Amino acid sequence: MNVSALHAATSARAAAETTSVGSPILNISIFGAFVAITLIIVLRASRNNKTAADYYAAGRSFTGPQNGTAIAGDYLSAASFLGICGAIAINGYDGFLYSIGFLVAWLVALLLVAELMRNTGKFTMADVLSFRLKQRPVRLAAATTTLVVCFFYLLAQMAGAGGLVSLLLGINDKVGQSVVIAVVGALMIIYVLVGGMKGTTWVQIIKACLLIAGAAVMTVWVLALHGFNLSELLGAAAARGGEAVLNPGLQYGISEISRLDFISLALALVLGTAGLPHVLMRFYTVPTAKEARRSVVWAIWLIGVFYLFTLVLGYGAGALIGADAIKAAPGGVNSAAPLLAFELGGPLLLGLISAVAFATILAVVAGLTITAAASFSHDVYASVIKRGKPAPGMEVKVARITVVIIGIFAIVGGIGVQGQNIAFLVALAFAVAASANLPTILYSLFWKRFSTRGALWSMYGGLGSAIFLIIFSPVVSGSETAMIQGVDFHWFPLNNPGIVSIPLGFILGWLGTLTSRTLENPVVAAEMEVRSLTGHGAEGATTH
Amino acid sequence: MSNGAHQSDAGLPITDFPAVENSEKFRLLKRRHRSFVFPVAFGFLVWYFAYVLLADYAHDFMATPVWGNINVGLLLGLGQFVTTFGITTWYVSYANRKLDPVAEEIRSELETQEGVNR
Repeated sequence: MNVSALHAATSARAAAETTSVGSPILNISIFGAFVAITLIIVLRASRNNKTAADYYAAGRSFTGPQNGTAIAGDYLSAASFLGICGAIAINGYDGFLYSIGFLVAWLVALLLVAELMRNTGKFTMADVLSFRLKQRPVRLAAATTTLVVCFFYLLAQMAGAGGLVSLLLGINDKVGQSVVIAVVGALMIIYVLVGGMKGTTWVQIIKACLLIAGAAVMTVWVLALHGFNLSELLGAAAARGGEAVLNPGLQYGISEISRLDFISLALALVLGTAGLPHVLMRFYTVPTAKEARRSVVWAIWLIGVFYLFTLVLGYGAGALIGADAIKAAPGGVNSAAPLLAFELGGPLLLGLISAVAFATILAVVAGLTITAAASFSHDVYASVIKRGKPAPGMEVKVARITVVIIGIFAIVGGIGVQGQNIAFLVALAFAVAASANLPTILYSLFWKRFSTRGALWSMYGGLGSAIFLIIFSPVVSGSETAMIQGVDFHWFPLNNPGIVSIPLGFILGWLGTLTSRTLENPVVAAEMEVRSLTGHGAEGATTH
Repeated sequence: MSNGAHQSDAGLPITDFPAVENSEKFRLLKRRHRSFVFPVAFGFLVWYFAYVLLADYAHDFMATPVWGNINVGLLLGLGQFVTTFGITTWYVSYANRKLDPVAEEIRSELETQEGVNR
C-alpha cells in the first residue's frame, strides 16, 4: 500500500517518458472482463439495498471469512503488491521490513480494537468515539480525521493508477493518463453508488482472490526455477544484485537521519492500520463480534501469506531481471512484478497480473469512497446537522450524493497530483490514522476517565501536528523528490512525522482528560464497557 | 442520537449498567480479557520494535549467515510472521474458551432481564 508510496514517488515521475510492456490490447481486454463481471455481481448484490444498515454495512450479512477476504482486498493495494515486490527486488532486505510492519499491525486490530468496535458501534468510527462523550464535537472531530485520511489515501491511489496505466497500457501523455484516472473514478462511483457496501465488498473479495492466486502462481513458478530452495533463490538474487541485498541497511542505513526515519515509519505502520477508517468500517459488515474476530484472523492469514509471496517475488525479480533492468524499465521500481510476470509467462501472464493490479486500485478506491461517504452522511449530516433526526431515507440519499462529490474530487485531485510524490499522500494518511484516530480509539475503549476534551485535543492535535510536520518535511520541499521544487522551507528532517505526532496524540489525549473539569456520565461509560465486552445490544444482521 | 445507545424507547435506561459492570461475572470477563490482551500486545510490540531496531542498527548481526544464504535477519523477519500467526491462533482459542462463554452468559441474562422490565 504505502510502500508504493516511497517507490511510486520515483516511478510516477518516470512515468511521463515510458513505453508499455506486453500487449496493451490484451491488458485492456482482461481488465474489461473483470469490470464487466464485477459490475454484474454488484448489480445483483445491490437488489436489497434499502436501509442505512444495508448501504453502509451490507446488512451485516457477511461471514467472517468473506469479510476477512474483503479486508485483505482492501488492505493489499496495487502499491502493496507492486511496491513491496519492487522494494525487495531493488533494496533487498529493507523492502521486506515494510511487509512485517503491515502484518504485525493487524495484531493491534485483532487484540485491542476489532471486536470492541463491532460491539459498540453501528456504522462508523465516530459511533464508538462519541458513545459516552459529547456527541456533536466528538463526531465532528472523528468525521474530520476520517475524511482527511480517506481523501489523502484516495489521492495516492488515483495518482498510482495514472502511473500504472502508462506502464501497462502504453498511454504516456498527460491527457491520456487523465482520461484513465477519470475512467477509474467513474467506475468507482458506479460501484459504490449502485452496490453500496455489499457491492464494494464483493468487488474486494473477487479482487483479493485474483491477487493472491496470481501471486501464488508466480511464487511457485519462481521457486520451481530455483529448485524449490529459498537459499538458492537468495543466492541467485545476491549474485545479480550484490551480497548487500540479503542484509538490512541498503535503503535505510545511509545516515542517522534515515535510520530515525525508518523507526518513525515503523511506528506509523504498526499503529496506523488499526486507525484506518476504511478498515474499521469493515468490522460492521459482519453480524457479531465473533465474526469480526474471524474476519481479522482470515485477513491476517491472507495478508501474511501474501507478504511471504512478495518476498519470493521480489528476490525472484532481482534474480531473473536484475535491479538495473527494473530501474531502467518504464514505471521504474514499481515494474518489478509486471516484468517478472512477463519474464515467466509472457504477455498473457503479464496481462492477467496487470488487470489484477488495476482491479486492485478500483477496489481500494471504492472502499475508501464508501467510508468517506458514510462518515459524512452518518456523522456530519445525520448526527451533527440534523441532530440525529434526519428525514427517513435522507441519510442514504446524502451518502449517495457524497459518493458522487468525493468521486469528482478524487478524479480532479488525482489528475492534479499526477507525477507528484505519492509518499507524501500515503505517509500522511497512515500518520494521521495513527496520531489522530488510534489514541482516541484506545482511550475510549480502555480508559473510563477519558473525556471529551481529551478526545478533541488528541484528534485535532494528532491530525494537526502530523500535517504540520509533513508540510515542513523533505517530502514537500527541499529534496530531489519533493512535491514543490525550487523552494526549500523544510526544517523537519524526517519524511514520516509518526515518531513525533503519534506520541503527541497520546499525550494530548491524556493531558486533555486530566485537565477536564466536567466528568463524563459514568452510567453511559458503564454501558459502553458492558456492551463492548459482551456484545449486548449490538445490532445484528438485517433480514429481508 | 443515532447509535441509539443511551436510551430505551421510554427514555429511561432499561438496564442498570453500573450494577452489571460491578457484578462478579462481568469483572471476571473484564479481568480475563485485559489480562490476556494487554501483556500480549505489550509483548508483540516489544518484539516488533526490538526487531526494527536490530534491522536498523545491528546490520552485522543481522547479516550473520545461518544456513546457505539464509541469515539471522531473514530468520528474525520470518519469526515476526510466525509470532503473528501464533498470537492470532492463541488469542482465538483463548477467546473461544475463556471469553465467549462468559460474555454469552452475561448477554443472555441481560436480555431476559430486559424482557421482564419491559
